[in-house]
Amino acid sequence: MADRGTDRVKRGMAEMQKGGVIMDVVNAEQAKIAEEAGAVAVMALERVPADIRAAGGVARMADPTIVEEVMGAVSIPVMAKARIGHIVEARVLEALGVDYIDESEVLTPADEVYHLDKSEYTVPFVCGARDLGEALRRVGEGASMLRTKGEPGTGNIVEAVRHMRMVQAQVKKVVGSSKDELMTEAKNLGAPYELLLEIKENGRLPVVNFAAGGIATPADAALMMQLGADGVFVGSGIFKSDHPDKFARAIVEATTHYEDYELIGRLSKDLGTAMKGIEISNLEPEERMQDRGW
Amino acid sequence: MLKIGVLALQGAVREHVRCLASPDVEVKVVKRIEQLDELDGLVFPGGESTTMRRLVDKYEFFEPLQYFANAGKPVFGTCAGLILMADNIKGSPEGHLRLMDIDVERNAFGRQRESFETTLEVKGVGDDIEAVFIRAPLISNAGNDVDVLSEYDGEIVAARQHHLLACSFHPELTNDARMHQYFVQMVRESKETAADSLVTT
Repeated sequence: MADRGTDRVKRGMAEMQKGGVIMDVVNAEQAKIAEEAGAVAVMALERVPADIRAAGGVARMADPTIVEEVMGAVSIPVMAKARIGHIVEARVLEALGVDYIDESEVLTPADEVYHLDKSEYTVPFVCGARDLGEALRRVGEGASMLRTKGEPGTGNIVEAVRHMRMVQAQVKKVVGSSKDELMTEAKNLGAPYELLLEIKENGRLPVVNFAAGGIATPADAALMMQLGADGVFVGSGIFKSDHPDKFARAIVEATTHYEDYELIGRLSKDLGTAMKGIEISNLEPEERMQDRGW
Repeated sequence: MLKIGVLALQGAVREHVRCLASPDVEVKVVKRIEQLDELDGLVFPGGESTTMRRLVDKYEFFEPLQYFANAGKPVFGTCAGLILMADNIKGSPEGHLRLMDIDVERNAFGRQRESFETTLEVKGVGDDIEAVFIRAPLISNAGNDVDVLSEYDGEIVAARQHHLLACSFHPELTNDARMHQYFVQMVRESKETAADSLVTT
C-alpha cells in the first residue's frame, strides 16, 4: 500500500533541499540557467518580487503557461506561489503538478483572516514567518517547510536576519524551558502547545527553515547559513544582477561553503553590480510585504 | 571503531548521521576530499543529484570518490545518491560517478504529488522496511553482478553490487535504522577483510 501526501513525504521533500539554493525564475531560459548553476529547485513566477513591487496593483498566482513552461524546462523541483488564503489558486497549482506551493506574502493576500488549511493538500507548502509563533501557526496548519519573510524584493538582508535570529532565539528559549513553562510560552507566542513540546524534545523546529527576502549577494547567503538557515531562497537577487549565471553559481557555492571566507571572497570578485536595493525605512507601511499574513 | 562519512555537499546529511550513529561508529560529515582518506565507508545522501554533481566537480571530488569506491570501500547511496552511483541515467548521455552496473530513471514515479511511503521487503534486511519515496528514481536495469534486494510494483528499488549498496527510497527519513545497520555491517566486514589481507601479506 502506498500513502501519498503524508507528513514524512511532504516534509522529507524539504529535507532533501537542505544546503541548497532555490531561485526565482520567470521563464524556461532562466530556469535552465538556475538548474545549470546548481539550484536545488526553482520558483516559477510571472514577475520577481522587485518587479512586483515596482508594478504595484494586485499580484496573483502566475499564469499557468509560465509554470508549465518552467516545469517542462528543468528536472529539478518546481515551486509556485499562491496568494495567502486563496484556496483555488493553491488547488490549481496542485493540479498543475508543481512540487511545492509557497503561500506567499509577496502576492496580494486573498484572505486577511485565514491562511490555507495546508494539511488537506497532497502537495507540500512552504510559508514565511517572522517569529516562532507565526512559524508554528503555519506548521499547525500543515506547512511542511518554513522560510523567513525578510522583506522581499528589496535586496536588503536586514529583515531576513531579524526574522532568523528571532526564530533561533525563541527555539533556544523553548528548548531551555521546563515543561511547566511551555503552556504560558504557547499562549505568549500564539503557537500550538504540542509543537512547542516537540521542539523541546527534538531541540529544533519540526520542519526545515530556509532564509528568504532580501538575499542579494553570496555573502548574504553565507550569512544566513551561519545564522542557522537550512538553505536559501534567492528572489530578485539573481536575475536582477548584471551577470545572472555567474551570480547564481557564486550564491550556490557560498551556501555550501558558508564558513570558507577565502572562497566567498573569491566568489564575490567581479560579479558586477548586485541589485540596487531599498532601505527598509524608506518603505511606506503598505509597501511592507512582511506584514501581510499573521 | 568504524569511521563512516556522509558526503555533505547538499541534501539530507543530518538524517544519515543520526541513523548511522552507534557506539562503534564514528560518523564524519564530509565536505573536503582530504577527509576521505580516514574513512572505512561513505554515504551519498538524498538531495538533488544535479546540484550534487555540480558541487562534486567544483570541489574536485569526482576522481577521489571513484578511487574510494574502486578501492573496495563500501558506499551507500539513497535516492540522489543512487543516481550518482549508476553507470547509466535514462535521458542523459552518461552517468555521474559510474560506480555501479545499473541503469536508473530519474523521477520515475512522477512529481512530488506522486511521492509516497510504504513498507517493503528488502532481502537480507527485513520484510517490513519503512520506505519513503520522494520524486524517486528506480533501477530500470541491473547487471549480472548486481544483487536485487527489493522491488516495488515490479520495479527494482534497492540493489547491492559487492561493496556498493543503493536504494531509491529514504531510510534516513524514518526511525527504521535497519538499512543503515546493514550498511554498517558491510563496512565492518570490508574492514576486517582488509585487515586480514594485511596480516597475510
